[in-house]
Amino acid sequence: MKILPLSLKNLARKPGRTAALVLLTAFLALAVFGGSVVILSLRTGLQSLEARLGADIILVPSEAQSKVSFQNMFLQGTTGAFYMDAAVADKALEVPGVEKAAPQTFLASLKADCCSIKIQVIGIDPAKDFTVQPWIARSLTGDMGDMDVVVGCRVEAGIGEIIRIYEQRCKVVAQLEPTGTGLDIAVYCNMHTMDTLLAAAEAKGVSHKIASGDDSVISAVYIKVKDGYDIDTVNTALTGKLRKVTAVRTRSMITGVSDSLAGVSRTVSAMTVVIWILAFIILLLAYTLVVRERTREFAVLRLIGASRGMLGRMALLESAMCGLGGGIAGTGLAAIGVFSFSALIESSLGLPYLFPGIGTILLLAAGTVLLSIAVSALASAFAARRLSRVQPGTALREGN
Amino acid sequence: MLLRADNISKTFFRKTGSANYFYAVSPLSLEIHPETVTVLMGRSGSGKTTLLNMLSGILQPTEGSVWLGDTDLYRLKDAALSRLRNERIGVVPQARSAVDTLTVMENILLPERLYGRKAPAEKARRWMEMFEIGQLENAFPKELSGGELRRMAIIRALVQEPEVLFADEPTGDLDDENTERVLSALASYAHEEKKGVMIVTHENDAVKYADRIFKMEGGELF
Repeated sequence: MKILPLSLKNLARKPGRTAALVLLTAFLALAVFGGSVVILSLRTGLQSLEARLGADIILVPSEAQSKVSFQNMFLQGTTGAFYMDAAVADKALEVPGVEKAAPQTFLASLKADCCSIKIQVIGIDPAKDFTVQPWIARSLTGDMGDMDVVVGCRVEAGIGEIIRIYEQRCKVVAQLEPTGTGLDIAVYCNMHTMDTLLAAAEAKGVSHKIASGDDSVISAVYIKVKDGYDIDTVNTALTGKLRKVTAVRTRSMITGVSDSLAGVSRTVSAMTVVIWILAFIILLLAYTLVVRERTREFAVLRLIGASRGMLGRMALLESAMCGLGGGIAGTGLAAIGVFSFSALIESSLGLPYLFPGIGTILLLAAGTVLLSIAVSALASAFAARRLSRVQPGTALREGN
Repeated sequence: MLLRADNISKTFFRKTGSANYFYAVSPLSLEIHPETVTVLMGRSGSGKTTLLNMLSGILQPTEGSVWLGDTDLYRLKDAALSRLRNERIGVVPQARSAVDTLTVMENILLPERLYGRKAPAEKARRWMEMFEIGQLENAFPKELSGGELRRMAIIRALVQEPEVLFADEPTGDLDDENTERVLSALASYAHEEKKGVMIVTHENDAVKYADRIFKMEGGELF
């Protein structure tokens, strides 16, 4: 019996003590892994939002500002029912510095018999769109035909399924990858389909008419500014040229989200650090008590020829095994929590929330387990080192 | 001569009168010979256990040196001294000395297994039968009485086959029958295996097995 079998027996035959140490370490691992996944998911969500918006400026009808928060529009998926003349997109292209202008039309389905699910429908012009089309292209190889729809990852409709929107049958041809934003609960279609849906909605009493009475309407225009042009200058020029239209810089929207995210990140990080400091102190005390309780056992081992190094290795090995067990248990529990309740976390934070890739998650899990092992070993090392310096004759007397 | 103590002493911190320390063991020299049972007698607190601990390599003397053959114990590094204790010195401490998470048999074979040597389980069983704890092979220390634990510690030291064996109050928790059995076994070990045995006791039972008797009083050896 060298050190490892002796350590294993010590752990197995003192189940209460072992369980307490494992539990304590599991608590640490849970805090670190859970906290880190939440922070990383928020950052990934923000990056996804930035990439997905893709536009420098968004044009909306002036009335829209009083109807909807643009931030919520993209984070929560609450697209508003506001419309303007479809010609705005072409007029915007005439403004110096505007490289691309992609119109979008919004329509909310009803939670009624005419619609199979309550969703936001977004009509895009695939030829002009540069915001959603790149994502659609990753999921859909061909073109989006009339009455075809592409659904966000959280829309409960499978590919090939028919969904009814205002009694119109639409075929799901693709499902998008997650973005962690309200875009995940939207349905995308081309402008022809949108015109049909708008007409059907009108028939159901959901009006989209604008003051001019023109049937060709859009809700927003996404603007890409040419390289070398100042976005603020283009923004001002757009506002000057287009009447009854508000130009919103997306950067200001992202900055607002980013500020909220930074605040949440700071809070979660601070809480994680505080939990770690407290738990490390508790672990230190726990190992001090454990080692003190084992004074006689260590003295007996010294008496029969165990060196200080052997005892140190034994204490480190046992605490490392507790750290390993606790690290795995805590990480596992945290994983169950953050992955099972991701929708709840997302809605309560009100921020873009998207899990990082599996590689990052695995790396984070491995790091958390290693950290748990290291902290447990460090906590026990202090106590074991102090005890191993006591001479066995003295320790045996003190351990009586 | 097997083991020799040269002018060793031990002081401990204690505020007594004008001094900050006191002599638990006053400077003394002592030899332990092979095939000899040395009995050290004295009242509680006379310094017997402190002397035994210094001789057995588990308590550094304040002054002096302890030699096992031509090795000065306390000049060795900890790893070397620990290994030497494991291979050449056996100790039966006065205190309870079992590892609670190991069975009786695992406790007895622990010195051998600590350094990966082949454990003499059969020999251990014979000693256990002789000391009437054969049925406790798989029991855990907390299930044993004080006397059974004492016998387990003695068997552990005997199975180790050390050159010199120190036993501190080995019959403390034993009845008369087991006292005779243990003392007889220790004497046989010294005489038949040609080893050195030192028994520290405050009782007179060991006297008849002694080849040499010392007495301690107030840290002085007589």
